[in-house]
Amino acid sequence: MVERTVRIGSTHGLHARPAKLFTQAAAASGSSVTISKAGGTPVNAASILGVISQGIDFGDEVTLVVDGGDEQRVLDELVELLSTDHDE
Amino acid sequence: MEIKGTGIGLGVAVGSVVRMADRLPEPVDRASHLDPEREAERAKASLSVVAEELNRRGRQAGGAAQDVLEAQAMMAEDPTLIDDVVKRLADGKTAERAVFEAFAAFRDMLLGMGGYMGERAADLDDVSQRVVAHLLKLPAPGVPNPGHPFVLVARDLAPADTAMLDLTQVLGLVTSDGGPTSHTAILAREKSIVAVVGAADAASLADGDMVIVDAANDLVVTDPTPEQVADATERIAERAAREAAPVTPGALADGTPVPLLANLGSADGAAEAVKLGAEGVGLFRTEFLFLDANTAPSVREQQEQYTRLLSAFPGSKVVVRVLDAGADKPLAFLNANEEENPALGLRGIRALRHSEVILREQLTALAAADAATDADLWVMAPMIATVDETRYFTTLCAELGIRYAGVMVETPSAALIADRILDVAAFASIGTNDLTQYTMAADRLLGTVANLQDPWHPAVLRLVGEVGAAGAERGKPVGICGEAAADPLLAVVLVGLGATSLSMSPSALADVRASLARYTPDDAKAIARAALAAEGAAEAKLAAKDAASEITTARATAP
Repeated sequence: MVERTVRIGSTHGLHARPAKLFTQAAAASGSSVTISKAGGTPVNAASILGVISQGIDFGDEVTLVVDGGDEQRVLDELVELLSTDHDE
Repeated sequence: MEIKGTGIGLGVAVGSVVRMADRLPEPVDRASHLDPEREAERAKASLSVVAEELNRRGRQAGGAAQDVLEAQAMMAEDPTLIDDVVKRLADGKTAERAVFEAFAAFRDMLLGMGGYMGERAADLDDVSQRVVAHLLKLPAPGVPNPGHPFVLVARDLAPADTAMLDLTQVLGLVTSDGGPTSHTAILAREKSIVAVVGAADAASLADGDMVIVDAANDLVVTDPTPEQVADATERIAERAAREAAPVTPGALADGTPVPLLANLGSADGAAEAVKLGAEGVGLFRTEFLFLDANTAPSVREQQEQYTRLLSAFPGSKVVVRVLDAGADKPLAFLNANEEENPALGLRGIRALRHSEVILREQLTALAAADAATDADLWVMAPMIATVDETRYFTTLCAELGIRYAGVMVETPSAALIADRILDVAAFASIGTNDLTQYTMAADRLLGTVANLQDPWHPAVLRLVGEVGAAGAERGKPVGICGEAAADPLLAVVLVGLGATSLSMSPSALADVRASLARYTPDDAKAIARAALAAEGAAEAKLAAKDAASEITTARATAP
């Protein structure tokens, strides 16, 4: 199990399109992935409803936990996705 | 066969029918006959079929729509949602009910988050409806997309549906419910969609039926003959030619000017209105600045918006209506209490007087925008019923630097004492939608009494005549800013009754301009007299049509 904390790069936060891209990647990763806001409960990162219900905004810090599969590679990819601005 | 309804505008369309399925009722909460595992299989199967369908439509649509549709597909297959459905199934619920409840729970959560997320709630509702429809083996609700141009037939359209309409595909619109002031009618007018609303017998139309939608004659022709289709096609071409005609100021046949103005709901529509020949703005609604707001916007914010609007009309008249809250558009900071009859409650000037600071700020922002631009700013108050309210408003306007302060005539009381009101106000503008609602005592939002919501009714016309006469005696302008002004023949009647300017959705300007140019002031008065003498709305319209065609025929055969 690996984990990392990352700052959200999308200007409008993890809503709609960025959330879709992120959950699609998490679902396709083959690992079990959770995401949580600082102090929040971790939710399944492959659940778009779970992710958008967190109300994650630009600049928020979130913690990713990846379990199983190619953990390190999956974590790197997802961190990269979260720190990129998809709203330009 | 002919189906009667209310035509919006003067357009004609020919095409085949595609029906919009009605929204599904809430699935009944009853115990399932199947075991939870079997229900879960049903639910999962339908969820994945709907997800596939949404993905397929996304690929077809491409662009931004693809992202929205793919996000919806993911909602349908969301593991958190499926867990929630399975949990509800364990309580013995049916798949339909469990799916409905699970989506509703997420929708409520999104709504609670407000703003952008709140808007996504409608996407979730749409997915929910699709899945429940699939479980029940019913057609999916919502605006259909058959992949070819079609005539859309629906009971009525919700605002969310109208936003989904692909205007390149919708040739015409027919609804069995809804009157001339329904959302559908307003949309049709705004976007120039050929529409017949309130056509009760349209319920009998089936997918694939060939129809002529004849808005000018208030009817839908089913099974048209080849001659009828040829005639309609010719009229479509004529109308296209008229729209392409050069834009001139509104005037009667003898050159008497009747300024044609635009109804606008935000500064965004200004350029389009000017292009279509609007000579100014006859009704600028300011609600958009206040809706979705928990507190009133600041003077500075308002001033920016007003300046943007006024800058688009240098040297022209722009009539701004101060905030009209209450009834169908309540605002949290203005209308705190639930009312039994909001249309008769604390709305318009009544609400503003109650929260005078909001009115003062709005007038201050307007006066500042006026000073910064070259437009000719007029300001009016909604829902005036008494001379006292008129004096209150005009006094406040004078104090805050507004030069032309007028009133909207929407209540029968204001129309009946228009002489005394116009002694105080600089001008009057008749809001025919509300004037009709209050004269006929028929809620304009209620489909069941939509037949009474007709500005052609002689009782309404008589009140318009009262205001017109009072204005003429005092040399004060009387405008019309309701949907009635967009009806080309009714526009002539209103001018005959004393209206000095007409304001409408910009898309209606071309037809009204062409109609006014056909008649002299005496013609307009004669047509108005014919309508006034009729016993009801339908008879008044018919009498006006007869009088009008008598005049044009006599002129055509004259040497």
